[in-house]
Amino acid sequence: MTLAGDTLTISVTVNGETTELTVETRRMLSDVIRDDLGLTGTHLGCEHGVCGACTILLDGRPARSCLMLAAQADGSEITTIEGLASTDGTMHPVQQAMHDSHGFQCAFCASGFMLTTVALLAAEPKPSRERIRRELSGNLCRCTGYQSIIDGVETAVALIDTEGSDR
Amino acid sequence: MKIPAFSYHRPESLDEALGLLRDHGDDAKVLAGGQSLLPIMALRLGRPEHLIDIGRLPGLASITVDGRGKVIIGALVRHAAAEGSTDIAGHAPLVSEALPHVGHTAIRTRGTVCGSIAHADPAAELPAVALATDAIMVAESSDGVRHIRASDFFEGYLQTALRPDELLTEVRFPPWPDNTGAAVSEVSRRHGDFAMMGVACTISVADEITAAALSFFGADSIPIRATEAEQSLVGRQPDGDAFDDAAKIVMSTLQPGADLHASAAHRRHLAGVVTRRALAEATSRIGAMA
Ligand SMILES: Cc1cc2nc3c(=O)[nH]c(=O)nc-3n(C[C@H](O)[C@H](O)[C@H](O)COP(=O)(O)OP(=O)(O)OC[C@H]3O[C@@H](n4cnc5c(N)ncnc54)[C@H](O)[C@@H]3O)c2cc1C
Repeated sequence: MTLAGDTLTISVTVNGETTELTVETRRMLSDVIRDDLGLTGTHLGCEHGVCGACTILLDGRPARSCLMLAAQADGSEITTIEGLASTDGTMHPVQQAMHDSHGFQCAFCASGFMLTTVALLAAEPKPSRERIRRELSGNLCRCTGYQSIIDGVETAVALIDTEGSDR
Repeated sequence: MKIPAFSYHRPESLDEALGLLRDHGDDAKVLAGGQSLLPIMALRLGRPEHLIDIGRLPGLASITVDGRGKVIIGALVRHAAAEGSTDIAGHAPLVSEALPHVGHTAIRTRGTVCGSIAHADPAAELPAVALATDAIMVAESSDGVRHIRASDFFEGYLQTALRPDELLTEVRFPPWPDNTGAAVSEVSRRHGDFAMMGVACTISVADEITAAALSFFGADSIPIRATEAEQSLVGRQPDGDAFDDAAKIVMSTLQPGADLHASAAHRRHLAGVVTRRALAEATSRIGAMA
């Protein structure tokens, strides 16, 4: 049967926890993540898919949360920036590496860059610098000029390599 | 901006979806990956009254190769799935060549091959690929099924032969011919941006060039074949001279427009550049594909 109406009850697993939410069908996943779930680490820049600040992992792949109705996320598994660190507070190697190499300045764009990086390194543990640039081309940063962010990704590659874990 | 209000419909079967399109056609939009439709709504360039979310329709997410080598891509095949498909790489290599150029990884997670073709952005890669390969678009409505050839499908800027009550259920790429190479070459400001000029190219060689397709995107209000340049290649050796001559014809026949990103003269220049690059690349890939 066709589901129709102004609201819809969806089930999503966010950072490992499954929740049921009743959402207005008009609302974007990004707004639901921020306003209903209180996970404000997902940032909203352009709200039309260009800047990449709102990038989340959707079933393990990067996706724009501002270009998805929350209704479309029904049944999926989502990781936001809040889901990267371990429960004991230990940072994910990508977070640690960005911290160590001073990857960001204002860091408005940081969540999107780091989640995109996590997905890249899961698919390709040792990407070339050129490949990193390509893969991050969908994320905009207006502070750094990108060099420090790409350095950060390379630091993450080395860190994961020495830790022998990519969690 | 937040998107304007609409009525949301999530059909569970193709019949339900086609019924909704019949009832609401003119005021409704199909929502596939949303990677073009939702930005348009966020920018308030479009305000459909009804969104028909096809995301849960069964049976449309498959990539199949039939006995003759025809590749059939269903309406819910995401760019990401198509990009990773060895069937597409083996039997419709021009599609595989194009996909890495389509937006960014995050866009390809959601966007669909059929959505891109139905959207018909003149700067998009896949409509030009469909035109280069003589793909067939399968359009279904509650009245029945139509098969539309790529050469009849793209009618104008974001305009296709699809009627408002029709769903593009699949796109079919004909069997890949022998001794044929494929390449997509484009110039854009940044990787993943829409191209200022690009070409989807195939070339077939047996002793000499037997056929070529040069299908341009970013060049006009629809994807466009440079037929005169294509014909100039037939019967010649696949070398720099033949490619230069084809590029010259392209530069004198294409009439690209000007916008914020590039002047018409710059686009015409780029058309020559991508023609030479694509022909050389496609030639070097002959035999490497099947
Ligand atoms: C930042 C960014 C960069 C991008 N860069 C590129 C690029 O470089 N090249 C490129 O080609 N694209 C690019 N895109 C667009 C992307 O490829 C879209 O995914 C694609 O154009 C539309 O596919 P979709 O499934 O998301 O369709 P939607 O956005 O859901 O729909 C687009 C249109 O097609 C219609 N439609 C969709 N599916 C069907 C169907 N089965 N039957 C009938 N109508 C249908 C919809 O009603 C709507 O009008 C970019 C997008 C973004 C946000």
